[in-house]
Amino acid sequence: MAIIRAERLSKTYRVADKQPGLAGTLRHFVQRRHRDVAAVKGVSFTIEAGEMVGFLGPNGAGKTTTLKMLSGLIHPSGGVAEVAGHIPQRRQADFLRQITLVMGQKQQLIWDLPPLDSLRVNAAVYGLDDATARRRIAELAEMLELGEELTRPVRKLSLGQRMKAELLAALMHQPAVLFLDEPTLGLDINAQARVRSFLADYNRRHGATVLLTSHYLADITALCPRVLLIHEGGLFHDGSLRELSSRLAPCRLVRLELEEPRPATDFASYGEVEACDGRDVRLLVSRERLTEVVARLLADLDVRDLEVSDPPIEELIGRLFRQGEVA
Amino acid sequence: MSAQGIRSLGRRLRHGWRVARALLSSQYALMLEYRAETALWALSGILPFIMLGIWSQLAIPPAGLGPGSGAGSGASGIGLDQLQLSRYFLGAFVARQFSVAWVVYAFEEDALQGRLSPYLLQPLQPLWRYVAAHLAEQVTRLPFVVLIAAVFFLLQPAALWIPSPGRIVATVLAIWLAFTINFLLQSCIAILCFWSERASALERLLLIPYLFLSGLVAPLEVFPPALRAAAHWTPFPYMVAFPAQLLAGQVVPIAASFAAMAAWIALLLPLTLLLWRAGVRRYSAMGA
Repeated sequence: MAIIRAERLSKTYRVADKQPGLAGTLRHFVQRRHRDVAAVKGVSFTIEAGEMVGFLGPNGAGKTTTLKMLSGLIHPSGGVAEVAGHIPQRRQADFLRQITLVMGQKQQLIWDLPPLDSLRVNAAVYGLDDATARRRIAELAEMLELGEELTRPVRKLSLGQRMKAELLAALMHQPAVLFLDEPTLGLDINAQARVRSFLADYNRRHGATVLLTSHYLADITALCPRVLLIHEGGLFHDGSLRELSSRLAPCRLVRLELEEPRPATDFASYGEVEACDGRDVRLLVSRERLTEVVARLLADLDVRDLEVSDPPIEELIGRLFRQGEVA
Repeated sequence: MSAQGIRSLGRRLRHGWRVARALLSSQYALMLEYRAETALWALSGILPFIMLGIWSQLAIPPAGLGPGSGAGSGASGIGLDQLQLSRYFLGAFVARQFSVAWVVYAFEEDALQGRLSPYLLQPLQPLWRYVAAHLAEQVTRLPFVVLIAAVFFLLQPAALWIPSPGRIVATVLAIWLAFTINFLLQSCIAILCFWSERASALERLLLIPYLFLSGLVAPLEVFPPALRAAAHWTPFPYMVAFPAQLLAGQVVPIAASFAAMAAWIALLLPLTLLLWRAGVRRYSAMGA
């Protein structure tokens, strides 16, 4: 059964429209102008309980706005959102106890106190008795590899330690739905990996539903069998990363290592030459012609090594975002 | 009320008590981190003592005596003798110390820094956090206020007095209500953050009427009767003058003043909640 449902969800912001310079400033002061910006345009999807779904898209695509609508922080301009059987923007206590929203750039921990002080407040707010709160803190601290950091003022913690403590604070009421907005932003590779493995572990242990946005594709590939790709406010793709890769690049990458160097012109009949550096050649070949082209390459040329792979997904998505190739 | 209703009420009260205890203890820990700042805030509230010095000098001396000799000379030109004047301003100092509100600044900063968003996603009305912060700050302030009052009595031993227990209880209640009025008034302005990012600028509009009509700068007795009567239609005299007069042992309309304070709270509380609901709706519409 779907725990998250978005139906033609949209959000339009009204923003001030001011020209630069003194004249623009005076004109804006006398007569304010506004324009509407559509941040999310009629996005529809459902997510089943226990799923881990990655939310991809460039800056300003509408990912965070969608998460804020689903968590109840902002009201949609149109469409319907339903999470855990509730209309999010009503922010009923029963709904708030079932969700959490972690924003990588925002913090809820009290800056000048150790995380444990904030955790005690959260335990009281969510109605956890002392024994339950202690048990959950111990369990999450172990999963997150947090120890004496919990008794050190938050301002003295490293970014990675702080993020882990934020996750602990956001999860101690054991929410069924996690909205995570860039939870690994700014963390080093090791800290990113630890947060990732924690989230996978948490999902396994508690069957929580996770909707995750990240600029680091590694987060998505490691955690999310399903991705939603949002671009310019609209949903471009809903499926696996592999399907996304096929859709973005209906071709495969063939790498050749030759016995003798050859000019690039020799490869034009096989596919699109992406790179040709003497003995090393990279060709983009359509999926339909792949078998035939590989057979021809092996028959026609002295091939020392041949490898077929998908073009890196980062490159494909990056190209999509840069070129606006969305139909 | 049914047994189930009583059990549910008991559960809610226990939950409320746990939340209050956790919020107060964490906020007290936070205020202790800022103890030097709290001490400076307490010290910066000595305006009533400065005004005491001025009013003592301006007190009309008996015929034949020059300015300044009014101190300790009995009746002053404002209907209060020097001792009453000293005790009034000490009372004003104490009332101000424990009724001060700064929610507009804290709230504005939280709204601008995005800290409000996580608060809105927890099953607790965010204003309770600010109430707890104020109460914790008052407890932190207490030793500094006692110290400043002790220095005052060392300098003016004649002004030392022990109010009756009834007056002490009434003063504590009046200060608590004064704080509630001040907090609600500031909350209404703070909530305007949802419409204008710099709501604290509006708070400054209240500063002048607060300073003069609250009795912080001058006892209300010095104002013309019409202005004094008009002042009592505002909440300001109840924030400082009334608790100060109570503590100083002056004759004041106690029941009428408490009734006026209750009326202001009855007006401001629903207004705050209405503004909050509308403000959060707007905040949510604008992008949080």
